[in-house]
Amino acid sequence: MDAADEMELRLLLEAIYHRFQYDFRQYSPASVRRRMVLALRVLGCQTFSALQDRVLHDPSAFPVLLQYLTVQVSDLFRDPKYFRVLRERVVPVLRTYPSVKIWIAGCSTGEEVYSFAILLREEGLLDKAILYATDINAEALRVAEAGIYPLGRMKLFTANHHASGAPCSLATYYTARYGSAMFDRTLRKNVVFSDHSLATDTVFGEMQLVSCRNVLIYFERALQDRAVGLFRDSLCLRGFLGLGAKETLRFSSREADFEVLAPEERWYRRR
Amino acid sequence: MVPAALSPRRPIEAVVIGGSAGSVAALGRLLPGLPVSFPPVLVVVHVPPSSASLWVDLFATRCAMRVCEAEAFEPIERGSIYFAPADYHLLVEPDHRCALSVEPPLHFSRPAIDVLFESAADVYGACLAGVVLTGASRDGAEGLRAVHAAGGVALVQDPATAEVRTMPRAALDVVPSARVLSLAAVLAELILLASGS
Repeated sequence: MDAADEMELRLLLEAIYHRFQYDFRQYSPASVRRRMVLALRVLGCQTFSALQDRVLHDPSAFPVLLQYLTVQVSDLFRDPKYFRVLRERVVPVLRTYPSVKIWIAGCSTGEEVYSFAILLREEGLLDKAILYATDINAEALRVAEAGIYPLGRMKLFTANHHASGAPCSLATYYTARYGSAMFDRTLRKNVVFSDHSLATDTVFGEMQLVSCRNVLIYFERALQDRAVGLFRDSLCLRGFLGLGAKETLRFSSREADFEVLAPEERWYRRR
Repeated sequence: MVPAALSPRRPIEAVVIGGSAGSVAALGRLLPGLPVSFPPVLVVVHVPPSSASLWVDLFATRCAMRVCEAEAFEPIERGSIYFAPADYHLLVEPDHRCALSVEPPLHFSRPAIDVLFESAADVYGACLAGVVLTGASRDGAEGLRAVHAAGGVALVQDPATAEVRTMPRAALDVVPSARVLSLAAVLAELILLASGS
């Protein structure tokens, strides 16, 4: 990469922020660059400057670009050990509350949301829980809300679910038809899907649990600190925070606000 | 004019290695031979998404260098070997830290070799060596092209010595000028490149 190219990318991110209020300026440069290069090719632009021109003047371009910038692929019960700790060590504490609020930040296409909803139903907690499922990508939120996934993915999801200590088969919760699996709509009865940005929005309620997995990996230090600050301010005293398998608060200035509950599985509690 | 091969080059600052089928054995013949103060080595090997992290167990006791599975934001330092964790892409940040991503698989694989090689080429430019090992995939070919295009050194395991030839062959199709070497010669070449000769 050369200096001109570097500057053009910065200017493009500025333009996107000022025109569309999506703030990618503090995202990890390696990932943003890679996604932007892919978007360049798809939109047929030669340079980031050309892409900026296109995004500012062609209304159809930004939605395409946004899909490229925010695409994430997760699984139901990804990292089963994370959900095993949720089931065995977190749920017993959640039971002691009259009602439970849970924030799934950066829920993308909803795999994490259904994992939580299923586990909470199995533990008899779903009816007294409210789940806030947020993301900046409206298209991903629509997929999440629909709760329909390719049937081919169910084999892995089923194995993960089983490994999380589930009492029954995942098939209990979906109907298979035309190559798709549609999850039981009562699972999302208490789920609020909403647009929310960890970069530009603020706290919206008091939570007993925040799960934000594989989102902080895209954030630079200052933005990470902002996001973790939002989680801290959202959580009640002794509330739970769960992160992705390769994420840690070790490099965060907010580390002292949390104690480690399960180091391997990345569960923390607010001090 | 001095032929490119004879002109002095700066010592490499990092090595990226990509492998698939058969490459655990190949890495076993490469990594233990690297000296303790060798430049950072970043490795992508195709593994199933749900596999437990095995790299540290497999290599830590056999290598002079520190062996770890990359964590997000971990600084990339001399003397360390960083493996991409299962089910994450591994990239290099401009300030020489590890970055992880859960963007879609490439060539049916996450981690993908191309993702690592392309981002490392962006950051290290001519001070990077890329090595494509045995495997049954096309992954790594475009990545090696990026390493080469940025002025870095492109090395490919000799397909004749590879357990599965598809991947080194694909890399050579895309980068015909890459050097074709046995594993022992790759090791010797890397040590030479790190010394600046």
